[in-house]
Amino acid sequence: MSLLRVSSPHMTRPGNTGDVMLLVIMATLPGLAMLTWFFGWGTFINILWASLVAIGCEALIVALRGRPVRHYLRDYSAILTAVLLGLSLPPLAPWWLTLIAVSFAIIVAKHLYGGIGQNPFNPAMVGYALVLIAFPVEMTSWLAPQTLSITPGQSMGFIDALFAIFPFLSKISLSVSVETFDAVTMATPLDAFKHKGALTAEEFWSTELIVSTVSWKAWQLVSIGFLVGGIYLIYRKIFTWHIPVSMLAALGIMSLIFWSTDPSNYAYPELHLLGGATMLGAFFIATDPVTAATSIKGKLYYGAGIGILVYLIRNWGNYPDAIAFAVLLMNFVAPLIDHYTQPRTYGHKSTK
Amino acid sequence: MNWQPNKHLHTFHGGIHPPENKQQSTRAAIETTLLPSKLILPLQQHIGQQAKTLVQVGDQVLKGQMIAEPNGYVSAAVHAPTSGTVTAIEAHALPHPSGLSEQCIIIEPDGKDEWTQLTPVVDYQQLAKADLLQHISDAGITGLGGAGFPTAVKLNPSEDLPINTLILNAAECEPYITADDMLMREHAAEVITGLQIMAHILQPEKCLIGIEVNKPEAIAALQHAVDELQLTELITIERIPVKYPSGGEKQLIQILTGMEVPNGGIPADIGMVCHNVGTAVAVSRAIIKGEPLISRITTITGEAVSRQGNIEVLLGTPIDTLLAHFGVKQDKLHRLVMGGPMMGFTLDDVSLPVVKATNCILAATRKELPDPAPEQACIRCGMCAEACPASLLPQQLYWFSKSREFDKALSHNLLDCIECGACSYVCPSNIPLVQYYRFAKGEIRIEEHERTASDHARQRFEARTARLEQEEAEKEAKRQARAEAAAAAKKAKEAASDSNDDKAIDPKAAVVQAALERAKARKAKKAAETATGEVADDTPSKQPAVDKDTPKLSAVERAKARKAARAAEQGNEQTTDKAAKKGGLSALEKAKAKRAQQADGSKPSEQPESSSKAEKKGPSALERAKAKRAAEGEQLTNSDTAAVDNTEPAKAMSALEKAKAKRAAQSSDAESTAAAAAPVSALERAKAKRAEQAQQSPSEPAAEEKKQLSALERAKLKRAQAADNEASVETSAASTTDRPDSADKKPMSALERAKAKRAEQAMQDAAEDSAADTENRD
Ligand code: SF4
Ligand code: SF4
Repeated sequence: MSLLRVSSPHMTRPGNTGDVMLLVIMATLPGLAMLTWFFGWGTFINILWASLVAIGCEALIVALRGRPVRHYLRDYSAILTAVLLGLSLPPLAPWWLTLIAVSFAIIVAKHLYGGIGQNPFNPAMVGYALVLIAFPVEMTSWLAPQTLSITPGQSMGFIDALFAIFPFLSKISLSVSVETFDAVTMATPLDAFKHKGALTAEEFWSTELIVSTVSWKAWQLVSIGFLVGGIYLIYRKIFTWHIPVSMLAALGIMSLIFWSTDPSNYAYPELHLLGGATMLGAFFIATDPVTAATSIKGKLYYGAGIGILVYLIRNWGNYPDAIAFAVLLMNFVAPLIDHYTQPRTYGHKSTK
Repeated sequence: MNWQPNKHLHTFHGGIHPPENKQQSTRAAIETTLLPSKLILPLQQHIGQQAKTLVQVGDQVLKGQMIAEPNGYVSAAVHAPTSGTVTAIEAHALPHPSGLSEQCIIIEPDGKDEWTQLTPVVDYQQLAKADLLQHISDAGITGLGGAGFPTAVKLNPSEDLPINTLILNAAECEPYITADDMLMREHAAEVITGLQIMAHILQPEKCLIGIEVNKPEAIAALQHAVDELQLTELITIERIPVKYPSGGEKQLIQILTGMEVPNGGIPADIGMVCHNVGTAVAVSRAIIKGEPLISRITTITGEAVSRQGNIEVLLGTPIDTLLAHFGVKQDKLHRLVMGGPMMGFTLDDVSLPVVKATNCILAATRKELPDPAPEQACIRCGMCAEACPASLLPQQLYWFSKSREFDKALSHNLLDCIECGACSYVCPSNIPLVQYYRFAKGEIRIEEHERTASDHARQRFEARTARLEQEEAEKEAKRQARAEAAAAAKKAKEAASDSNDDKAIDPKAAVVQAALERAKARKAKKAAETATGEVADDTPSKQPAVDKDTPKLSAVERAKARKAARAAEQGNEQTTDKAAKKGGLSALEKAKAKRAQQADGSKPSEQPESSSKAEKKGPSALERAKAKRAAEGEQLTNSDTAAVDNTEPAKAMSALEKAKAKRAAQSSDAESTAAAAAPVSALERAKAKRAEQAQQSPSEPAAEEKKQLSALERAKLKRAQAADNEASVETSAASTTDRPDSADKKPMSALERAKAKRAEQAMQDAAEDSAADTENRD
């Protein structure tokens, strides 16, 4: 009989990091379903492709670092990064855009900083920011919701989307010619609103009827999809409510203040909360534990910081959506927040 | 019957809900019939100083007979659990995380189970508090909840800390363990009586019994007993929610009162004392029946035994006997844990005995407690912080411990970690967080040691310089004294020779002459004394006269003892390590301060050299230990990077823990060194005790430290001897030059006495040095 000698505790909760990551990936499904429903298979294909790239990069780097590859792949963190990137990129983003974003995220933003758990910046957002700066055109052309397609023939199927993303595939394929297909692209409601020019809000909404009705509705539902997934994760105690709630609250309050003072120039809060990537950002990106603040109070500050920055960048920055930059900026100050928001330890008078 | 938790209670941060696994062992009543063929009784079953053997090999002992007495204030007696013969007194492995060996008394039962004469207290209400405490102390009672702090000490907080709440810890929050539950079900009246006795001693305003609602039978039984004894005024049974670790002393206090034990303090600081239910029963038996603590209730559980339940087992029963009694399935037994699955420690030797703190033996199969999963990287998910009952940030502590940023770990209050394991339990990356904290705490202790060691060296150097200067002055003074003495002697001699002539003729004159002589002698003596007195006065760091100093010293020592006791008591709250460290340090500082005060001029010049030599030896041993540790630390880090195979890190960890625990054990020894010296008011006794300790300490286990210590001690002894020698040499030198005759013998002897006194002082200092160094070793 050989008795095991280990230190306490002898019991741990079943499960491992991979389970947590998988659960998060699963929780993106409602949002992904909505995206696919409204914008076709593009995002779905993006995610698959991004995942492949991520696994490849991860395996490569882990092998180069002389670590056990299978062990590291099993934590699914690379795939989660890929999924988040895939969800953020435009549905018909060309394959090379995804490739660049994902490989940069995994290789530079994650592994050059020491691998999982040690990266100060959210890898998915670093990859996203890189391609957003480098390829603004590709990045801002979102597909119009499919329901907009007037003629049934133009409806975009899986194959169409695949060819749109990987144009070279159509060359070797003998079937449909891509040339016949002209995808309708348009800006997201937020983007559109930002570029409304001299129009007042009322004029914008009346002229951009398409945006105001169908597209807006699509985005609302996508956001609600992510919201549902996020709430599920809170319920499963994967993360706490503090970051998403404080971020949404900050964003909501900011937009409410500006909108109530000047409704013709500032979008109403709902547009900020449900348009664009707000929900995805609040529940799946800002909550990335590695790069967020840790203590309860710290999380509240961190989330609120993101919310405020998002609003500022959306209104006065050069980019239509601001989640990536806001998150990255707050990643930057997270250690500082941590330093000043240590919880009060049992028996201590106050925090230091 | 189903109880709800009381509404007015408070809560503590975090906590977890691991599977309780308590039903298995509560189905059968407590068994009582197990008489092993051999009992192994460690002298050290408690926090504090090891007990002192009272028996010899071959002695016949009776059940309940004291076989080892407490050695000092913070110590506990050991009694024979049954009648029989002492067959050996030898080192035997102890059930301790370290797997240390310590002196044990081995008894072979004769099967008669014959009691010794017991002395029950007829009416404890009539007895003085001190007498009751003496009874409890004589019964060898220590906390039975797991930490094993001597109960009499805990029942005797210093007078300036009035106790308003006496808490009985019946939470028993660890999974699997049901010893307290069953005890309360079957012996509720004794629990309440014990509580009543403790309340009589402490005179609190109220008594609270904190019990988790998953023990409805126990709650009902207690309530019944309270009603029966008409104590509802005094005692409140508080039903608390089930949450681990609600049974942690600090957490229970927080739940029941909403107050927190201040950082670095003990519950008595906020007017509370907390005892375990098992302890209450032991107190009740000691007072009402006069029975010492010779058995305890232990849970035997886990899937590797065919029968699970509780047994009132004689202390010292080998665990293999116990396991066999419960039908252990040897092939299935994979992990043997003493204590619960959250805070217990694994045993790899089944011949270890049951001790006072053994509340559970968990014989688990591999399926039940699977081998630790491979460690993954921390994803900073914060689940650990959510679970931490001390409101720490375990992920940060882990990070700092791993990267050896110990100062940051300290600033994140690493030392407030109670090692409850809640963080490890929830960590999705399966990081053995608590192991990292233990590692870091050990490292911090070593660093601390080094720092104090170098402080020590500096102090010694300064003391030496001062000493040399002083010696110069002293020599000068001595010369003068001698000259005066010689002059006096000459006069006396002349007088003597005069009287010699007359002696035969006039007896009356002889008497007068003798009186004169005496007066002269007295004068000479006085002269000599003032001479030495001047020397003493000249120096700022003067050596106070021994007799004069005695009361002061004993006061200091008393304070020291109290401090050590306090520190040790802190250790009671689950973190033996932390407290041991703190206690060690504060005691150390005290010792240092004392030494600084006493930096005396009377030590001969050889001393600093020999001591510095000894110190040179010290650090090198330390260096070795450090190197070893560093290697282990390396392993620790590597274990994470090559995390696939976990057996390696596990091994490294256990080695690490061994080393650490050894140190912890020693540091608690060191504390008690200070503590043991406490109640001694006369210097002689203190000295005797110290000498005794000096004798004992070489028998301590850690080979390296032992060497270091004995080298040090040898040096000290040499030094003391040298001091002695020098004194006598000087005396004799003085005698030869001054031609001893009847008259100058007296002044000389006065000088001699002064010298002797100084030598004695030097000796004492040496002993104190070694005591300080003993403390240093943690
Ligand atoms: S629970 Fe584990 S993985 Fe999560 S933050 Fe704590 S140590 Fe890191
Ligand atoms: S072991 Fe220490 S850090 Fe972990 S939960 Fe318990 S007190 Fe907190």
